[in-house]
Amino acid sequence: MSGAVATAGVGVADPGAPDPGPSPLPIQISAMASRSIKRLIRQPALVIPSVIFPLFLLAVNAGGLNAATHIPGFPTDSYLTFAIGFTFIQAAIFSTMGAGQSLAQDIENGFFSRLVLTPMRPTALMAGQLAGLVLLGQFQALLYLSVGLAAGANFEAGVAGYFVLAALVSIISIGFGGIGLIMAIRTGSGEAVQGMFPLMFVLLFFSSMTLPRNLIEQDWYRFLATINPVSYLIEAIRSLFIYGWDAEALALGFGIAAIVAVLSITFAARSLKGRMLR
Amino acid sequence: MNEESNGIEVEGLVRQFKNGPRAVDGISLTVEPGEIYGFLGPNGAGKSTTVHMLTTLLPPTAGSARVAGLDVATRGAEVRKVIGAALQEAALDPNLTGREHMKLQTALHGLPKEERVRRGDELIERVGLSDASDRRVGGYSGGMKRRLDLALALVHRPRVLFLDEPTTGLDPQSRASLWEEVTRLSTRDGVTVFLTTQYLEEADQLANRVGIIDAGKIAAEGTPAALKAEIGRPSVEVLPVDPARRKEAEDILLRFGSAVPAAGEALSVRLNEGIEELAAIVRSFDSAGIELASLGLNEPTLDDVFLAKTGRHLEGAGEAESAEMPLPASDPDEQAGPA
Amino acid sequence: MTPDRTYFSAAWAVAWRYLHNLYTKPAVFVPGLIFPLFFLAAFAGGLSAVGDTPRFDYYNFTAFQFCFILIQASALAGVFVGFSIAGDFEQGMGRRMMLATSRRSSILLGYALGAALRLIVVWVIITGVSLLAGMEVRATGYDLAGMYTLGLLSNVVALLFSAGIAFRFRSLQAGPLMQMPVFIALFLAPVYVPQELLTGWIEPVARLNPVTALLNGARSLMAGDPTGILLAYGVAFGLIALLALWALRGLRRAEVAG
Repeated sequence: MSGAVATAGVGVADPGAPDPGPSPLPIQISAMASRSIKRLIRQPALVIPSVIFPLFLLAVNAGGLNAATHIPGFPTDSYLTFAIGFTFIQAAIFSTMGAGQSLAQDIENGFFSRLVLTPMRPTALMAGQLAGLVLLGQFQALLYLSVGLAAGANFEAGVAGYFVLAALVSIISIGFGGIGLIMAIRTGSGEAVQGMFPLMFVLLFFSSMTLPRNLIEQDWYRFLATINPVSYLIEAIRSLFIYGWDAEALALGFGIAAIVAVLSITFAARSLKGRMLR
Repeated sequence: MNEESNGIEVEGLVRQFKNGPRAVDGISLTVEPGEIYGFLGPNGAGKSTTVHMLTTLLPPTAGSARVAGLDVATRGAEVRKVIGAALQEAALDPNLTGREHMKLQTALHGLPKEERVRRGDELIERVGLSDASDRRVGGYSGGMKRRLDLALALVHRPRVLFLDEPTTGLDPQSRASLWEEVTRLSTRDGVTVFLTTQYLEEADQLANRVGIIDAGKIAAEGTPAALKAEIGRPSVEVLPVDPARRKEAEDILLRFGSAVPAAGEALSVRLNEGIEELAAIVRSFDSAGIELASLGLNEPTLDDVFLAKTGRHLEGAGEAESAEMPLPASDPDEQAGPA
Repeated sequence: MTPDRTYFSAAWAVAWRYLHNLYTKPAVFVPGLIFPLFFLAAFAGGLSAVGDTPRFDYYNFTAFQFCFILIQASALAGVFVGFSIAGDFEQGMGRRMMLATSRRSSILLGYALGAALRLIVVWVIITGVSLLAGMEVRATGYDLAGMYTLGLLSNVVALLFSAGIAFRFRSLQAGPLMQMPVFIALFLAPVYVPQELLTGWIEPVARLNPVTALLNGARSLMAGDPTGILLAYGVAFGLIALLALWALRGLRRAEVAG
């Protein structure tokens, strides 16, 4: 600072100075979104694993479980076509932990306090945080679809199906991103958010990820997969690959994704309000 | 104090953490508009908790506080509009550049688009970060982060500025330049500055008035000079050239004051009257023919004030308290953290 | 005290601290236990229909999956030690231990001892759960000893690998670098079906993957029909020799870095 030339009045001892007024919401949202996207792009070490790992699991499962297509009643003769639906969901859920974690990091290092001291609205913070997530989700969706098609998966729903897929992935990203935000806001600790990871794993694994529900032999497992909402998200995406347009699977998938999104965003907003405005 | 003023009024402020100690235990203080108020105390004394309450980040358990005439408990949003704060950890995003931080902050504060860039550049230049402004903050030194932190706190032309230990961990040069800037803010721009510090020198040099906080309570308050004058008179330290005449020298000194511990072979007394006795002391040694290797006058320091008020020295006083501070709890209210 | 006794007492102190940390911080211990149980439930429970596919000739699907979980849990327990080492260095505790011991390989030995003791708890639990889930054991006592020893060797292999990373990076941020390769190697083995049933790209990969030898060895021991045991042990000790060098060199690097 030494040698710096003071150029302008900085404080307003004069209380009559014009008050810029609260920043319009769209400006706040775009400022926060641009930050969250930059943050994502500039930390490839954090992003790449959450992109690559689902692909790896897909490759391993498609190679290792191809024998499962011989089970009578298996809906397709390509395990890759069957398994790829899960990849989208896994990626979306993984990256939501990232959203929670980055907010928790902000809380831990005090950046959140800085934001709270500005007239920023909670909506702007949430929308900003989720913007990066939705963008990442879209990138992942496009990548997985391309890789899947190149590796020989069948995408029955065609070009229009891609847009349906993209929409569903966005809603899922927002819904699970909201859960990550709730955890971050309530605990303020990155470690606690990370602690959610096993729970997410349970949700992912005790679903119809590896076999169709009707082919799961163990009753308890089939029961868990049936009550697990993640099963329906997977099945909606899977239906686009295997059957093309399965109205029931899509309705269930979109319905559940929307419910998760509405609930998690509502709770996240409420928690955030409690933390921000007093 | 009305809403047009820039001062701070605190009355019986308390913050009790769940299952923890009273981090702030009924403090009252007044900061006049445009003044630099130094809040001096060891680690864990309750300084940061006080700042968190005054900046609306933490609700008080009891008592009241008005910042720029606005009650922090009931008019948080308005308070936030008129204050700027640089909190203890320079809270920055390591992935953004300095300029991007300014862009974000100016946008959130609602500055018009054309002013955002101008304002950002102006402040970046003012804190001497122009050359580094397009580098990511992750690579900044501690001093650069602090300067950026200060610039961010000034984006919306706050009337009251809170600086929580702004120079902790900085090298002497960075510290001096930050002091310079803070002084300029107060004298030239009329900003009221509430500054916490654990450094005696900082409080002494920078603050118009000082509040000494210990274990959540205000132990003393006043201008540095008044505080020092309150606890006492200066001391004089001499070292005779000839060690054989030490006893004679001591007898002379004791005529002017009472003995206090001195370093090495030197002799020291706390003066009975004050600094005006110095000439008489010099004359007495002269007429007795005792040659002196050194003669020094020691004014009381704020550490002497701290010692007099709390029975301990400031340095190292905080460890016991800070170890007892509660860990962040799951209640969001507890999260803003203790001092 | 003779130097050797100092050496072992330092190792015990490190092991004690490691176990004490696990005991006081369940958040650190529980994942290492929960993950294998997850996989056991998900694979043995969810995929049992796969055991009915043509040419799947292993005698019991739960036993088949148990062997994978045993190797996996043992290896992951080794990786978690790498996390602890990295965390210790991040907090300065690693440096403190380096200052306190004269022969610093005792630190590595201490972590290994701690990991082995922790592993026993994990084994007891996954074995108990598998038996409850209907696992049939055809192995003799000797076979079982051989199988669990393969588990222990997998643990040492993963531990040495991740310790080498931890000593080099001395930061928890290197966590994925320790976990991912181990995870990948585990899953590039015949996890779901016997090696003969693998098709496509994974078949040659699994053939070259050293984990396949360990896994096939463990499964044959479990079935009471030991085959390829020499290969399994040879691979394990070969990896241990190589990775011990890797870990000790890492330790030297950490020493040089101060």
